Amino acid sequence: MAQQKTGLVSLEEGGFAIFLVLLAFACLIVAGKTFDQVMAFHASVGALFAALGVFYIFKNYFDDGGQAIPQELDGKPNYNIGPIKFGAIAAMFWGIAGFTVGLVIALQLAWPALNFDLPWTNFGRLRPLHTSAVIFAFGGNVLLATSMYVVQRTCRARMPGKILPWFVILGYNAFIVIAGTGYLLGATQGKEYAEPEWYADLWLTIVWVFYLLLFLGTLWKRKEPHIYVANWFYLAFIVTIAVLHITNNLTIPVSIYSTQSVIVWAGVQDAMVQWWYGHNAVGFFLTAGFLAIMYYFIPKRAERPVYSYRLSIVHFWALIFIYIWAGPHHLHYTALPQWASTLGATFSIILWMPSWGGMINGLMTLSGAWDKLRTDPVLRMMVVSVAFYGMSTFEGPLMSLRAVNSLSHYTDWTIGHVHSGALGWVGYISFGAIYCLVPWLWNKKGLYSLKLVNWHFWLSTLGIVLYITAMWVSGIMQGLMWRAYDSLGFLQYSFVETVEAMHPFYIIRALGGALFVVGALIMAYNLWMTVRHGEAEEADALPAGSLAAAE
Amino acid sequence: MSDTHPKEVDQVSGVETTGHEWDGLKELNNPLPKWWLYLFYVTIVWAVIYWVLYPSWPLISSYTTGVLGSSQRAEALAAVEEGVAGRSQFADQIVATPLADISNDQQLLQFAMANGRAAFGDNCAPCHGAGGTGFEGYPNLQDDTWIWGGTLDDIHTTLLHGIRVDNDNARFGEMPAYGRDELLSKEEISQVANYVASRTGLETDEGVDLAAGETLYVDNCAACHGDNLEGIQDVGAPSLMSANYLYGKSLDAIKAQITNPRNGVMPAWEDRLDPATIKSLTVYVHAFGGGQ
Repeated sequence: MAQQKTGLVSLEEGGFAIFLVLLAFACLIVAGKTFDQVMAFHASVGALFAALGVFYIFKNYFDDGGQAIPQELDGKPNYNIGPIKFGAIAAMFWGIAGFTVGLVIALQLAWPALNFDLPWTNFGRLRPLHTSAVIFAFGGNVLLATSMYVVQRTCRARMPGKILPWFVILGYNAFIVIAGTGYLLGATQGKEYAEPEWYADLWLTIVWVFYLLLFLGTLWKRKEPHIYVANWFYLAFIVTIAVLHITNNLTIPVSIYSTQSVIVWAGVQDAMVQWWYGHNAVGFFLTAGFLAIMYYFIPKRAERPVYSYRLSIVHFWALIFIYIWAGPHHLHYTALPQWASTLGATFSIILWMPSWGGMINGLMTLSGAWDKLRTDPVLRMMVVSVAFYGMSTFEGPLMSLRAVNSLSHYTDWTIGHVHSGALGWVGYISFGAIYCLVPWLWNKKGLYSLKLVNWHFWLSTLGIVLYITAMWVSGIMQGLMWRAYDSLGFLQYSFVETVEAMHPFYIIRALGGALFVVGALIMAYNLWMTVRHGEAEEADALPAGSLAAAE
Repeated sequence: MSDTHPKEVDQVSGVETTGHEWDGLKELNNPLPKWWLYLFYVTIVWAVIYWVLYPSWPLISSYTTGVLGSSQRAEALAAVEEGVAGRSQFADQIVATPLADISNDQQLLQFAMANGRAAFGDNCAPCHGAGGTGFEGYPNLQDDTWIWGGTLDDIHTTLLHGIRVDNDNARFGEMPAYGRDELLSKEEISQVANYVASRTGLETDEGVDLAAGETLYVDNCAACHGDNLEGIQDVGAPSLMSANYLYGKSLDAIKAQITNPRNGVMPAWEDRLDPATIKSLTVYVHAFGGGQ
């Protein structure tokens, strides 16, 4: 080991420190001069976070004397797992918060009195809090944590940088704090799944570029000749999300001291950009990113090779090229020109098989290991996740057809569709990955209790089934009631009658959501016990993820 | 490195691997599943056919219109026209027929009731309730005590021009704020409220001078609410003998209304609905049971 006790502050440490100091001052100036209370609050939070960042950079420097971190220990890569541990914990925390807020708004829909007539607890503010918390806070931390783990392990290289990985994971979570508190205080630019205002968007852009550099840097340092399929998907996710995020958030702030901004796109173009973004948030965040997770954790847990290399290549490129066209199907029967709507629908149909390519590769990887589903609830969770993925990616193209969409659009059917993907696919593959990851990261032999995983699995599966069937029935009923005419050509039902008819399904949906939340709480307890009381991995084993020994 | 790896055969499936390995993960060299590939081709062919038939690809200043000549916009407009045409026979008759005569024609009445029911659900029910039974602050339309009159013509006028809104013929009447504007003292408000309560069968406060209350009523309230508390519809002053009070029937609610009155509004529907629909609504509301 290099004995450079009094090494200078590295370029990286110095660079980040200067950047954060400047940021802290900028935030202080804005906080002092703004007339906007939300901006004053957010700028203060920004200044505090930036100052804490500077403090920890120097604390760390004085603690380790500026020593370079060894790239290898005893001939094995010295993987950087600190930021991954943080990401895993953050994912669990935000997940439970996001699921709970989802339950609250489900209950508000059934019993509107639960809005409590307060601005902060009103459905309009809690709904984006729920969607952003589950997609970007829970899903985002799962993606960050697993991508940092997978890319290091499959490249046999430590992530570059000392501060960089921490900047990415902490910076991303700082974005979430700003975005989430902003919703509660009423700061929103009113774009679905892109509600955070201009300053939060700007900060996320900076963090995301560093994330891309971190990921590319690890690939650059790789000791393997080829790049594993999971990393293609992660890279596609990171690059495309950057493009989508920037294009959909091209706003001009009213003033640097204001939380408000004005979008540069006008009218139907704005709608199209929004849903090009919105649909590809599903395609590249919730699909490509989580397929990457699937491609690492399922073969790892099943201890089987990936079913088909060729399929992985073909469906990867097909998915990437076709997904990007499908956005207009969110705007059928609107001011969007018919040609754009047709194009979106046809590409959505072509997308069916490329989506199923991932399902086939996930499920068929189990061939020769199906018996493990009986004994390993974690693997079962991930396999059921892939099944939900297959179901949603069949339902999606179906709903993109104009004829089907004319019934399904604006109804609860859409909500049911989204949740079969979100709870079933994204939720379960994330739970499976975290159940694998936590014992590996904390050097434990296994989970504290597989029985509790079993409980989690069955409770939440029941919850998902209740949720999506309630929404199917409610949505189709709602759509049919909207289009029902009496013999004289008048609408059969008023809007409020359709709302009344949906009431029982809203209660069933909330019950399903409650079961999902209970499952997640069981999971958190199980993980806590694993970290605190799990049996330690033997000393001679690999630092983490020691399945190699089984070969 | 792995290019020189021997391609091993997976023991379980008997399929060759690609020879690559990452962190213990390998890949089998299985071909693309045939059904998958063919279905993929089918969806592409289907899409191409669709592009030929319908408007689909953008050009520089226009787009490919498709051989079917389909236009979603034209179809939607045609459907609207068809709907309007289907109803116009009766709708025109409704406009031409005096309100009182609509119920004489069974077919016309049936149409007016259907039109009224559909329009009521989406326009009136949010305030007056699905059955017209109202809520606090929103009158019960099934009741036979009317604030602005319950004849067909009265209801029609109210619907057309609204109440206390920006319309030249809007119903207008405003109760003075006796408490807020200090027209009466707190004690006087208590006295007059207790007098009203005593007349309409509510319990009164102990030891209140009801005679003083009556005098105050005659001096301040009778001009609008009538000598016998029966209300005067011309000025929209409700009957105080009614079983239903718009803002709650209790001594406290009466005091609150005298102190700081609420003067509710209703939109002028002539700005929002067509004449046939407003006449239909008139007939529909009149038939709730309270019509006069």
